Amino acid sequence: MVRPTRGYRVFQAVNGFVLAGVVVVTLFPFVNIVARSFSGEHEIRSGQVTLWPKGFNLTTYQNVMSDPLFWINYRNTVVYTVAATAISLVLTTCYAYVLSKHRLRGRALLVGVAVFTMFFNGGLIPNYVLVSSLELRNTLWAIVLPNAINVFNLLVMKAFFESLPTELEEAAAVDGLGTYGILARIVLPLSKAVLATMLLFYAVQFWNSWFAGFLYMDRQELFPVTVYLRNLIAGATAGTDITASSETALQVAASIQAVTIVLTMLPIMLVYPFIQRYFVSGVMLGAVKG
Amino acid sequence: MTLTRAPHRVAEPPTTGLRPRRRTWGQALRRDWQLYSLAVLPLLFFLIFRYLPMIGNVIAFRRYEPGGDLLGEYWVGLRYFEMFLNDPTFWQVFANTVIIGGLTLLFCFPLPIVLALLLNEVRTRWLKGFVQTISYLPHFLSIVVIAGLVFQTLAVDGVVNQGLRALGQDPVAFMQDPAWFRTIYVSSEVWQTVGWGTILYLAALTTIDSDLYEQARVDGANRWRQTWHVTLPGIRPTMITLLILNIGTFLAVGFEKILLLYNPLTYSTADVVATYLYRVGIVSGSFSYAAAIGLFESLIGLALVLGANTISRRTVGTSLW
Repeated sequence: MVRPTRGYRVFQAVNGFVLAGVVVVTLFPFVNIVARSFSGEHEIRSGQVTLWPKGFNLTTYQNVMSDPLFWINYRNTVVYTVAATAISLVLTTCYAYVLSKHRLRGRALLVGVAVFTMFFNGGLIPNYVLVSSLELRNTLWAIVLPNAINVFNLLVMKAFFESLPTELEEAAAVDGLGTYGILARIVLPLSKAVLATMLLFYAVQFWNSWFAGFLYMDRQELFPVTVYLRNLIAGATAGTDITASSETALQVAASIQAVTIVLTMLPIMLVYPFIQRYFVSGVMLGAVKG
Repeated sequence: MTLTRAPHRVAEPPTTGLRPRRRTWGQALRRDWQLYSLAVLPLLFFLIFRYLPMIGNVIAFRRYEPGGDLLGEYWVGLRYFEMFLNDPTFWQVFANTVIIGGLTLLFCFPLPIVLALLLNEVRTRWLKGFVQTISYLPHFLSIVVIAGLVFQTLAVDGVVNQGLRALGQDPVAFMQDPAWFRTIYVSSEVWQTVGWGTILYLAALTTIDSDLYEQARVDGANRWRQTWHVTLPGIRPTMITLLILNIGTFLAVGFEKILLLYNPLTYSTADVVATYLYRVGIVSGSFSYAAAIGLFESLIGLALVLGANTISRRTVGTSLW
């Protein structure tokens, strides 16, 4: 091992400093928002809250959590996420399995149908017109169906299925198992890791989505919680004239916003440390093999 | 998509004398009908929710009545295209789109490479893992949460203005000031994407043959020259692939984020093609006019990807397909 030069040791020190900066800058807004969520309105308004709550209280949490609409919207997010994830996972798995079979006649066309949509899409207006004329507005399907298959996820799964050894499937076919049987009894049990990764990809995607709910839901009891949060933010900034009374409203909204932000990101933050590595392995699989 | 130039798939077994001809469609269907049946629902999804909207773009050339025929009532030719090409607001938002897209590319493309190279020099494993875990975090949050964090951080009572006040400056109403919008947009984009963006580079870095570094050392190359002559060429295919993809999404700049962050006071710098066509089409109901703008935007996006891909294949031999 070559002894590190003086220059390299200086570099390592600077590098450590830069990376510590990255960590601090990344975490700072989170700590700040948590501090604000537990602080008193007066302390927030006068700009005292940085990293630690000032005027500690739980009133804002109680206020937000006693709003029935918040819980209705939160439940909607859970329902939409579960339904959309389940449907997406089934469709993606089926199609990825088909695409992984190189002997299949017309496979290239089937791959092309999916991949082309990564580079060209119909655009907002035709999609909106389509969902409206299929009368999917104000239904679960407006959120589930238009985004049922994510092509990147599809390619990750396809790459995984292609990497499985073919001998098992061939042996099962010789034993008289059909395609459905092979998929259900041989392939899927071997694919638990990639299925878990896809489940997480889709669940996070649908949990975080807001625009479909914003666009296609007309009644507030149908909104996901992200749209609830969006309306809080928009309500606080729509007023262009800053009069005394609207400033009060704006600041009251600030602590409510902080609490709602914390409650919206809480589930993701709680599971994040445990699921992060699945995401990384999923992305790598898609990138290296896709 | 492929990040390497190496053939990534095992070749099909050579055709033997026993199977000289390709199977016909009838034979293929008889043999593989179960496989094809699995593709039916996904294909329906693609046809209805991806290809039908592409066809739906004909309303850019036709008069569309809300609630009327999905594909419009009658042909009007290029009227809507002429309308937006003569619309000064369109050119204003087009310029904004190019500027915001350009700035995003300028910062969000190279910074993950820099961060990946810095992480790659960390020799303590847990420390590297810790920095990675923290820096990936913002990627997993809803764009609405990100927008909320931006508003709270930049509020008049937020931490940035607290800092300004500590320095004896007057507080700035960042979110109401058009001069600040691009800075806010690009820095929040960097904040959210830089960590996650390192993943593919870190993966590519692990595939570089360590013998190359050994040889470079024998040849007397110092760390800096090793990075320049071994590391960077090693991740070049990844860089080019991501650059092509970034160029392709150049005009599709974070529509959802801008929709959340902008307001009428900041339209002059913040309004982009996507948000403009959203307001014209969905808020004001001029569907055909907005569809014409959207089609124009999609075609430019497709042309950019194809162009970047062709140039890259001719000059450096790396391409998406």
